Amino acid sequence: MIKMKPDTPTLAKISARNVNVFYGDKQAINDVSIDVWVDQVTALIGPSGCGKSTFLRTLNRMNDTIPIARTDGDIRLDGEDIYAPAMDVVQLRARVGMVFQKPNPFPKSIYENVAYGPRIHGLASSRQQLDTVVEQSLRRAGLWDEVKDRLSESGTALSGGQQQRLCIARAIAVDPEVILMDEPCSALDPIATAKIEELIQALKGRYAIVIVTHNMQQAARVSQRTAFFHLGSLVEYGATSDIFTNPRQERTKDYITGRYG
Amino acid sequence: MSKTSKIPPRDERAPTDWRGIAMTRRTRERYAAERRFELLGLAAVIISAGFLAFLLIAMVTNGARGFTQSELKLPINFPQAKLMLDQQRLRSAGADLALAVAPIKEATDRAAIIAFGPGGDDLLSDGAWLRVRDAIKADPSLLIRRATLLVPASTAIDSAAKDRGSAADKARVVQLQGKGQLTTSFNWSFFSGADSTDPTIVGIWGALKGSMFTMVVTLMLAFPIGVLSALYLEEYAPKNRLTDLIEVSINNLAAVPSIIFGLLGLAVFLNTFHLPRSAALVGGLTLALMTMPVIVIAARNAIKSVPPSIRDAALGVGASPIQVVFHHVLPLALPGILTGTIIGMARALGETAPLLMIGMRAFISAPPDRITDPATVLPVQIFLWSDQVSAGFVEKTSAAIIVLLVFLLAMNGLAIYLRNRFEIRW
Repeated sequence: MIKMKPDTPTLAKISARNVNVFYGDKQAINDVSIDVWVDQVTALIGPSGCGKSTFLRTLNRMNDTIPIARTDGDIRLDGEDIYAPAMDVVQLRARVGMVFQKPNPFPKSIYENVAYGPRIHGLASSRQQLDTVVEQSLRRAGLWDEVKDRLSESGTALSGGQQQRLCIARAIAVDPEVILMDEPCSALDPIATAKIEELIQALKGRYAIVIVTHNMQQAARVSQRTAFFHLGSLVEYGATSDIFTNPRQERTKDYITGRYG
Repeated sequence: MSKTSKIPPRDERAPTDWRGIAMTRRTRERYAAERRFELLGLAAVIISAGFLAFLLIAMVTNGARGFTQSELKLPINFPQAKLMLDQQRLRSAGADLALAVAPIKEATDRAAIIAFGPGGDDLLSDGAWLRVRDAIKADPSLLIRRATLLVPASTAIDSAAKDRGSAADKARVVQLQGKGQLTTSFNWSFFSGADSTDPTIVGIWGALKGSMFTMVVTLMLAFPIGVLSALYLEEYAPKNRLTDLIEVSINNLAAVPSIIFGLLGLAVFLNTFHLPRSAALVGGLTLALMTMPVIVIAARNAIKSVPPSIRDAALGVGASPIQVVFHHVLPLALPGILTGTIIGMARALGETAPLLMIGMRAFISAPPDRITDPATVLPVQIFLWSDQVSAGFVEKTSAAIIVLLVFLLAMNGLAIYLRNRFEIRW
């Protein structure tokens, strides 16, 4: 068991206990326990294939879409068991939004991309209200000034970095409580990456953010808490400053200093 | 042996001679192969275009004659024709019965002999009196006056007027045309009539309407059932032995010879459910059975090719599975589904064999009004006419083929238009 730091301010937003994930017979996640707080960005780092993306996808039950995947353990969102039979998966995914590795805007207009979520959840009762939600979300995603004159153009015509911010705007538009980001910058150039990182900082106060990243500098820059995964297990979890400057585990130290990865 | 097959150490490898003779020859051969391939492709396209042009030219030159019809101006003195009809009766409900027993054919032949001399009745088509009958029915006041009606000329005269008959007939045509008694004009009645034993008065409308009804029934059944099956199999069904079996069965069904579907239709729809024989409804049901597997296969492939990232994106903002399917997957798959539907429907439109089995080869002389009325379809009509002895049917057959091809073209054009409208550029 990983000991939580005693100075944690409030009750955890998401609290995962003893989570195991299996793909068929193969165990991908082995007994992982993590807490995620609002106001803090939590980074999941580790070498390729260590299960950090798999773990991320258990938090909004996206793994349900993989027929052979099986999850056990206890994951609570505000104390509510998200794997309980009574849990509404559709609403869970609205409350826990997700940004994927490759920008995946819908092949629709920029406006429609952002408006889609609020529309299916009935979050706007009039056209003006929807317009406001779209504008607000695009502003929060730092994309409004670039696209405000061409909202009816296709979302797929934007550049890669703009597409990813559009996907973030799309996630924000549903007004989630948590945003999961699965290597959101791995397909982007350094400038676009910097913009997304700025954006993560700006969003931090409002949403609990969990980000999977390959890039340790990025984890160090954007996150307050870092979890290091290796071979499906959680090796170390703590304040980012501690993990990077004073790792307690040998494996963490080796990874951070670039001895493997 | 083992020495030569061994890869030499790095420093022993001779530097590649990029400008050597062997290398130049190899490059030249590669370019030659490239050109050869391009020429082969071009030749293939030219050959297929040639076949298509040959088909179209042959059909149009033969069929164009089928769209025109020679007509004779036949003056009839009705009061002297002894038709034993009175106007009052013709305006009442018993009109058809009265017309059926009246000696109209004899009166018409007599009028022809008076107008064109001895043997004048042979100049008229066997069905010419029907035109006279219809004229009387439409306007009973004809009975008390003289009138000149346009009636179809016989096949021999019609062919001669189109440069194809015997010398004697051609001379007769020149003579008639000189007197202004013979005109050749566009045959509108070809597009309003139905089958007949007389090639000069046959029409394609009956078969065309039958084809339309049949296609509507086929589309209404095969498209929704095919698309929904594909959606279920791709998006909802668990992947197990049962779904594998269903997939194999559907693929096999698409390859079953169409005549077998005809026998199935005969056994199930006619013998078990006692649906009306020869009807467009049964034809459509049978063709729907045949078309559905094609649509299922095309739709499954189209659905499969929708990138999973779009499904993830939609699920990620909290769309329910049905919203994912209807808001994202189906619109993106629609162009592919429509392409498959075009192929399936085009095949169904040209299908003859299964329809013979369910009685759609019957002689139907009135266009169907409902899908349960006896009907025939274009390809069956073409088959029936091509089997006729009378020479007049040759050009009618070609004309019917043109109508079928134009119908096919219109159907495909509509589908391509729809596909392009729904096409989403990535």
